[in-house]
Amino acid sequence: MRWVYVALGLGAAVTLVPFVWLIRSALMQDAQMFVAPPEWIPDPFQWSNFTEALTAQPFGRYFVNTVVIAVISVLGTVVTCSIAAFSFSRLRWRGRDAVFAVLLSSIMLPYAVTLIPTFVMWQELGALDTIIPLTVPSWFAGAGGGVLNVFLLRQFFLTIPFELDEAAYIDGASPWRVFWTVVMPLSRPALIVVTIFTFIGTWNDFLGPLLYLTDEESYTLSIGLASFQSMYITQWGYLMAASAAVIAPIIALFFFLQRYFIEGVTLTGIKN
Amino acid sequence: MALSGQKRMERRWGWILAVPAILGFLIFTAGPMVASLAFSLTDWQIGGTPSFVGVQNYQDLVRDELFWQSLSVTTYYTLGSVPVALIVAFAVAMLLNQRVRGLAIWRTIFYLPTLVPSIANVVLWIWIFNPDFGLLNSLLRQHGMWIYDEGTAVPSLIIMSTWGFGNTMVIFLAGLQGVPRHLYEAVSIDGGGPLRRFWHVTLPMMTPTIFYNLVVGVVGTFQVFNQAYVMTEGGPGNATLFYVYYLFRKAFRESEMGYASALAWVLFMVIVLVTFLLFRNARRWVYYEMAAAR
Repeated sequence: MRWVYVALGLGAAVTLVPFVWLIRSALMQDAQMFVAPPEWIPDPFQWSNFTEALTAQPFGRYFVNTVVIAVISVLGTVVTCSIAAFSFSRLRWRGRDAVFAVLLSSIMLPYAVTLIPTFVMWQELGALDTIIPLTVPSWFAGAGGGVLNVFLLRQFFLTIPFELDEAAYIDGASPWRVFWTVVMPLSRPALIVVTIFTFIGTWNDFLGPLLYLTDEESYTLSIGLASFQSMYITQWGYLMAASAAVIAPIIALFFFLQRYFIEGVTLTGIKN
Repeated sequence: MALSGQKRMERRWGWILAVPAILGFLIFTAGPMVASLAFSLTDWQIGGTPSFVGVQNYQDLVRDELFWQSLSVTTYYTLGSVPVALIVAFAVAMLLNQRVRGLAIWRTIFYLPTLVPSIANVVLWIWIFNPDFGLLNSLLRQHGMWIYDEGTAVPSLIIMSTWGFGNTMVIFLAGLQGVPRHLYEAVSIDGGGPLRRFWHVTLPMMTPTIFYNLVVGVVGTFQVFNQAYVMTEGGPGNATLFYVYYLFRKAFRESEMGYASALAWVLFMVIVLVTFLLFRNARRWVYYEMAAAR
């Protein structure tokens, strides 16, 4: 058994070294950063890297922009994906399974195929440089790759006993009421999983904001960081501080909701 | 409960609630797909009017050296990074499945890199690959050029992508935990050791999970973009001219919308073909309990 721990320890060390490197660089003065062999403990701790990097470009504004886009997208995805999943799992209508199969086929579609026409469409509608192209699709059940969420929720809804619905219908409830008072309250874990992964997906999205947001005022953290990188290409202390600041919220979120992360990854992997 | 009123109500609500998803599919998937096929048959600059040119774009494409370069670079990257990530993820998942203490902590450590937002990840690795003061050269006491040399650029990006094996590992671990105990016991009773248990139980039972991760990995790596855009700009010497990056450049830098749409459709066909081959090949090695039960 001991060799298992030795192997895991080695693996963990290799996995964590880039993080250590990130943090030590974020807190070092340039002079110390460039000595060989490398030093690991900053002396002195250069906290000003953070304040200077984060004020050199309006990262606060980028943060707000990113949160706004993420919140609208998460709301849209959760609402429209769960009503679709409800329809596809618990309401009987003709053609249901065929429609669902067609929707599901879009999961494997490479995003590059729809990229250009979608861009042209938003351009024609005059929606460039707004958050519309980045948020509106999520109000159509996530559109494209978002169908995976419909699939996950549907799988989850199918595990809820149908007797609950029938009982509610006998009491004269409408399908909407069944959805809202029976299915949704019982589906919290699945809803949290969808929330987390949609949030992270929007938070990390790069190509979308790169295409649609050209005004610096409306930048998200991803493109903000990329443009910061191209401007401060040799200021490693600043670059690492800014990167650490972009990474931190996601890591924090993970530690609060760890259980759901693992559950979500497992769900996507096993159910397929 | 087959009251006709109930049935009618379900049917009505069923359609209404599915409308956003159906519209989303039509507007953001089916529509653009057809449109991009149509675009690919035109010569079209942004702002100009498209003119029909038939299959001209596809003919140009066959003669376009950069197209072949981008296709081969992307294939190289896929062939390198997918197997490496699968093996590393599987090995670590096997270790974690040995009933180790502190499983949650280990799992968290290995999962952490996947949480790093893509662009922050790219910026971090530019610094790690820095030839003068980067982490890798400092540790190895070498003077490797990493992403700045044609020969090592793609392998470097493969190393970088392997760091994010956590997702795959978590899926493998869940799969391993689902292998029925009694199968292992059966092998042990027959006098089989750990190697035999691995070969005759673990591996066959894990083939569906391996297959899933393989398909997801291949489809994902065929579409890499951020590394090329931020780290290397396709260089040095087009060594990292990834397919989607080349497409992006054609469409949004050189404004050749028709040509870029042809590139998009070729990518689509390639991915369909590769997944089809993977699925056909899967019958030979992926074990499904259902099939065995028949």
